[in-house]
Amino acid sequence: MKAVSAETKVELGELGEARIEAPGQHQATVRRLLRLRWGLGAAAILLLIVLSAVLAPVIAPHDPLAVNIRHRLAPPAWMDGGSAQHLLGTDQVGRDLLSRMIYGGRVSLVVGVAAVILSATIGVLLGLGAGYFGGRTDWLIMTGVNVMLTFPFVLLALAVIAVLGPSLINMIIVLGVAGWPIYARVVRAETMAIREREFVLAGRALGMSHARIVFRQIAPNLVSAIVVIATLQVAQVIILESFLSFLGLGIQPPTPAWGNMLGEGRVYMLNSWWIATFPGLAIFVTTLVINLMGNSLRDWLDPHMKL
Amino acid sequence: MRRYLTRQLVQLVVVILGISLLAFTILHVLGDPVLLLLPQNAGKEEFERYRHLLGLDQPLYVQYWKFLSRAVLGDFGKSWYADTPAFRLVVERMPPTIYLTFAGLLVALLIALPLGILAALRRHSWVDSLCTAVAVAGQATPLFWLGIMLIIVFAVRLKVLPASGYGTWQHFLLPSFCLGAALAPITMRLVRSGVIEVMNMEFIKTARAKGVAEPMVVVKHAFRNACIPVITVLGLQFGQLLGGAIITETVFAWPGVATLTVESIRNQDFPVVQCAVVMLALVIVVVNLLVDVAVAMIDPRIRAGA
Repeated sequence: MKAVSAETKVELGELGEARIEAPGQHQATVRRLLRLRWGLGAAAILLLIVLSAVLAPVIAPHDPLAVNIRHRLAPPAWMDGGSAQHLLGTDQVGRDLLSRMIYGGRVSLVVGVAAVILSATIGVLLGLGAGYFGGRTDWLIMTGVNVMLTFPFVLLALAVIAVLGPSLINMIIVLGVAGWPIYARVVRAETMAIREREFVLAGRALGMSHARIVFRQIAPNLVSAIVVIATLQVAQVIILESFLSFLGLGIQPPTPAWGNMLGEGRVYMLNSWWIATFPGLAIFVTTLVINLMGNSLRDWLDPHMKL
Repeated sequence: MRRYLTRQLVQLVVVILGISLLAFTILHVLGDPVLLLLPQNAGKEEFERYRHLLGLDQPLYVQYWKFLSRAVLGDFGKSWYADTPAFRLVVERMPPTIYLTFAGLLVALLIALPLGILAALRRHSWVDSLCTAVAVAGQATPLFWLGIMLIIVFAVRLKVLPASGYGTWQHFLLPSFCLGAALAPITMRLVRSGVIEVMNMEFIKTARAKGVAEPMVVVKHAFRNACIPVITVLGLQFGQLLGGAIITETVFAWPGVATLTVESIRNQDFPVVQCAVVMLALVIVVVNLLVDVAVAMIDPRIRAGA
């Protein structure tokens, strides 16, 4: 229950590694460039996913809600009995799986981005407060962080959704409110370091207000760290959102979301594996490219960033 | 050591209080128990009567105090659904969850230790690249999807393992592999960076200079010292591990606390949900404490520095 947590420890290890690698600077640069290229590739794929979600009504071959019992449980086009009409097959009531997946991306991306904006806002404000004022404020906020980090995120989300009831807005609120500690921790640590720097002292000597020092002098230095965490968190939130929808506690059917498609597909996995497989693949690819992008964003913004 | 322990215990109490406050807040501030308990067409008087009956017309701090003083004794009230104390229901379901968690941990270590050490010793080799690739892919794989894919392959297609249930050792294989695979990537990265760091230290050079055989250097000198960060982080990750166990349970219909929680949520059985949340958190906090103490006993630097 120390304030030092998993991530910090990992970084210490990796920092040690970075130091050791210092002599092979040339090699390190080449590897950085390579990783950057990975990041660009990932960003391109992510752009495609985002575009397909935004343009869903234009590019989806079918209405995602159109039921067609005669074509129910049709396999993907390349299998026996599949047709080019339904490239990825159909589900238990004959809805086109590809179209539902294209629409399903909307939910995941909206929830992911909205929840992350919410938790970043809360976390950054609390982290700045804890780091800048220290003392009791710091103790109170960090105790909160410890309590939240002790608690499995999933359990918290389940309990809150159980009381509030499932809906898109509730899910954004739950995932947003539950995600703040990671920002608070990093921002606090950075703020404590920056607070001691000369330009902050100079600002104080000039009679700047606390608010001005915090928001105009300290906060701008934290932007790259926050952007990196936020990017990586979007992937986490997407996985959690789909888990909640998978349990039937998130986005309610018939609205397509990757999570509830997976949950419905589970019932039919005995004969129709595709219903559960493709939405899961969509979650996997999306979180993978977001993670890759986040990693190379970190390398690009600041290779020594302690994240 | 005693001062260190005292400080850890104080922190433990604070965290537990915080968690109980969180559990209380979720039900009593965010939601209205009476609204959940009574049918929607119940009259206003009915609501008031129930509110009084359950003590919900008292100020929140009084209610919280009552909740807390009962919870300390293991009294979380009766389940609204089954006519049994919530505490007993939860405790009965605890062992399968704990078994699954440890089986998952074991699998994660079986995957992560050899791969992590190998990656550290053969840096920038294909083993290392493979480990990185596996780690990156592993972190992006939703646990519940992995579980379903495992069921489709091993239970539906190959028909070699049971898809769900509990009882024999075969039932353990898929769930614990699923959970272990989720924890393995981060553990592997830790082992790798831990071993790399240690291998560059002076005492390794000394051991080599003394003529100690290389496998001995790796196992006895490097690995032991690399264990400390791994144990610490695994301890801190225990909450995440249990979170993963919750997800795994729901996929494999494992009769643990998590399936009980999800069932209770569906039945709107809040005493059970509340009790399960508090008990799971308690387990996590206690494990964290044990790990902290164990690490402090192994490594005197931490005792002094903390």
